[in-house]
Amino acid sequence: MNVEWYVVLSSLLFAIGATGILIRRSPIVILLCLELMLNAGNLALVAFSRMVGNQQGQVFAIVVMVVAACEVVIGLGLIVALFKRRLPLDVDALKELRG
Amino acid sequence: MEAVLFFAAALGALGGAIGVVAMRNPFYGVLALIVHLFSLAVLFLLLTAAFVAAAQVVVYAGAVMVLYAFVVAYVGGEEEPSFDPIPGQRFLAPLLGAALFIELSIAVLGSSLTALSTHGPDVSAGFGNPAAIGKLLLERFLLPFEASSILLLLAAVGAVVLAARRDTA
Repeated sequence: MNVEWYVVLSSLLFAIGATGILIRRSPIVILLCLELMLNAGNLALVAFSRMVGNQQGQVFAIVVMVVAACEVVIGLGLIVALFKRRLPLDVDALKELRG
Repeated sequence: MEAVLFFAAALGALGGAIGVVAMRNPFYGVLALIVHLFSLAVLFLLLTAAFVAAAQVVVYAGAVMVLYAFVVAYVGGEEEPSFDPIPGQRFLAPLLGAALFIELSIAVLGSSLTALSTHGPDVSAGFGNPAAIGKLLLERFLLPFEASSILLLLAAVGAVVLAARRDTA
């Protein structure tokens, strides 16, 4: 398989994730769409690493996984904190920080 | 054989991604994301990234998704209201997504990427296996490795601080 197929698939997945972030309003689903975008980036990194024949791209992908895990933990912690304070789980209702 | 596997995994990944965006119930979204992650692991295997594929299945599809499933079960998978706060958001957003995809494709395919060998060089048998990746992580990328471990520790402490606070408000 050509590497280009993987890269086009990765950009398609990235666009789907971005669309999801624009459409959905539940913070949980927005986090899921962020995962989609991070994984699309991972796919491109691994594909380029295969194309160049160098394993450093795969190390990059593993570091991206670590960052994604941290983001998930903090995001889900925020969602649980919101739920405990009985705030609505809707990103359009949570706009107190908006200027 | 490789092409068949690629298209099957690509279809799974696309279906999972569309499911995440389209499912109204967040719990089904989590399940769709698990399908997506497994398909991506197959793609990583096709790209001879065995360790990344294993980490994807064990860490992502295993641990992270269990975390999601627990939080969705705790919060309750309420469906979001269907009115649009911004008029036309539901039609504009897919248009913007399609525009982003077209732009990315032009940027990728129109660049000098095609000048390189598109199949990639032939790699040795140990390419991307745990031994090779571990050697890279512990020699060349030791500092990023340690920094990411500190990041994980900070995230764990932060999650406990955020979620375990008693109700004061």
